[in-house]
Amino acid sequence: MKQLKIVVLAKQVPDTHNVGKDAMKADGTVNRGALPAIFNPEDLNALEQAIRLKENNPGSTLTIITMGPARAAEVIREGLYRGADNGYLITDRRFAGSDTLATSYAISMAVRKLMPVDVIICGRQAIDGDTAQVGPQVAEKLQIPQITYAEEIVSVDDKELTVKRRLERGIEIVASQMPVLVTVHSSAPPCRARNAKLLMKYKHARCITEWQEAGEDYLHLQKERPYLNIMEWSVDDIQADVEWLGLSGSPTKVKKIESVVFKAKESKVLTSSEADIDWLMKDLISNHTIG
Amino acid sequence: MNNIFVFCEIEENNVVADVSQELLTKGRVLANQLNCKLEAVVLGDKLTDVEKNILPYGVDILHIAEHGKLYPYLTLPFASIIVDLIKKVQPQVALFGATTIGRDLAPRVASALKCGLTADCTELVIGEHTENRTGKEYKDLLYQVRPAFGGNIIATIINPDTRPQMATVREGVMKKEIVNSQYQGEIHRINAEEIMRGEDFVARIIERHIEARKINIKAANIIIAGGYGVGSRDGFKLLYELGAAIGAEVGASRAAVDAGFVEHERQIGQTGITVRPKLYIACGISGQIQHRAGMMESSMIISINNDPHAPINSIADYTIIGDLSEVLPRMIKSFRKNSK
Repeated sequence: MKQLKIVVLAKQVPDTHNVGKDAMKADGTVNRGALPAIFNPEDLNALEQAIRLKENNPGSTLTIITMGPARAAEVIREGLYRGADNGYLITDRRFAGSDTLATSYAISMAVRKLMPVDVIICGRQAIDGDTAQVGPQVAEKLQIPQITYAEEIVSVDDKELTVKRRLERGIEIVASQMPVLVTVHSSAPPCRARNAKLLMKYKHARCITEWQEAGEDYLHLQKERPYLNIMEWSVDDIQADVEWLGLSGSPTKVKKIESVVFKAKESKVLTSSEADIDWLMKDLISNHTIG
Repeated sequence: MNNIFVFCEIEENNVVADVSQELLTKGRVLANQLNCKLEAVVLGDKLTDVEKNILPYGVDILHIAEHGKLYPYLTLPFASIIVDLIKKVQPQVALFGATTIGRDLAPRVASALKCGLTADCTELVIGEHTENRTGKEYKDLLYQVRPAFGGNIIATIINPDTRPQMATVREGVMKKEIVNSQYQGEIHRINAEEIMRGEDFVARIIERHIEARKINIKAANIIIAGGYGVGSRDGFKLLYELGAAIGAEVGASRAAVDAGFVEHERQIGQTGITVRPKLYIACGISGQIQHRAGMMESSMIISINNDPHAPINSIADYTIIGDLSEVLPRMIKSFRKNSK
């Protein structure tokens, strides 16, 4: 058994799969405020793989990293409730406007601070962009191998991690030297529920900004129960070069955003009666659409 | 002159992937517009006659890297060769299929080159841009159009200052068309051995179980697609029955695939395949925006649904309100009676 240092990368995203009526503004842009913020679904699959890896290798540690505003600390709490040992929130106004390249640079700099790390695990993609780029780009920035589309971490020994990948028409089992970055596909097992004991232990965990915003006296809490402190890292903490962050570090620019408009057709409505269906089938046959 | 560059993917049985040929077709159009050449690259093992399936799409220069270690695909050696080649030939645009290979490789390459990459584009067009802040003008940029926010918005992305401008495109989004079966292009051989490094092989494949492509849903004239409303794997039997009767292929929405009713290969929509059949029969599909994007260009759409307000009905030519278990057998019966 090897004691592993495991890092999970997770993102808080707007719930784009459940878009309500008020989610779009009149000008066609997305009203982020109207969409609930959730733990990115595939990052939950990733968290489950990480927790299993930790459980199967006693003495391992699991750290969760997220990047975003103070409220993204919620993602770290959800990780703590399920078995993460600690978490870091990368937060700074200077990250605003980062595309995948700038984001992966920032995350890679944060991971560097935690090195040596054995395994980095994240979801394949986030539902707000569906790009699947940040995982491979973090791996490239760290100059380590990547295994994408993982369905299961099969085994680990002193040197290698073995992973089952889910591809378009089959599966592949890949072994890679560590450190390695793994991106997890939605076909992997769902994440376990919160653990009641951990929920009790960590429900007051906060990052400093959250404590300050709530006007709480956090100094004594931090001292008595240091595990309640979710660390915040700024650009300076991760020693990142601001040139490579935010808009200046992002080669892609958004030129235009439009809302999706489908041309509605005049739909002819039929019942499921034999007469209606017979009429339709005859029509399709006579105009050579079928047959 | 900076050219257009397309990464060609090799599938099982050493065939060139459809999506690569679709990108070559698009690449040719862009190259004509920009008055430059179309270059392609293919990596693999035993690529005998591979050029016959690439050059006819109007490829002027084809780079071939043939090596025992280049099949099956591994991220690091592929990335090393593609990064090296792009640095040498300096294309203005580089296109990859949005497959598991393309979506594994392209981001790694873009990061190494510090270039912008746009995933899953649905349209690629040439346009200009004026930077608001500086007033700087750009000509002949690649507009990379893609859905975002779960398909609720369409964004146009540009990479003004980095080259190549990189994009991935899903299968079926672009149409493929041979320019000339005798199209003359140069072939450049890459010495892979020289470029690959020992550390490119820290990951190795232990086992593979990949099936050759069985279904070609894009080529079907008629598609019967089932959604979550079909209810079960068993429920899909009726769709196959109707398909066998009228000569149609069976497709599915993401919800039906995720629920395990049918195999992933049949998935239609933004995260699956884009189709444009003559007739599309949507069975128990509510018509999430992501699904509609992948089939809305069908010539005729029939929706069969319990719910008269299902979003898919708004783009259907005919809507049948009713149960699939009732409607589908009646369609089969009626077809058998009337088609003679």
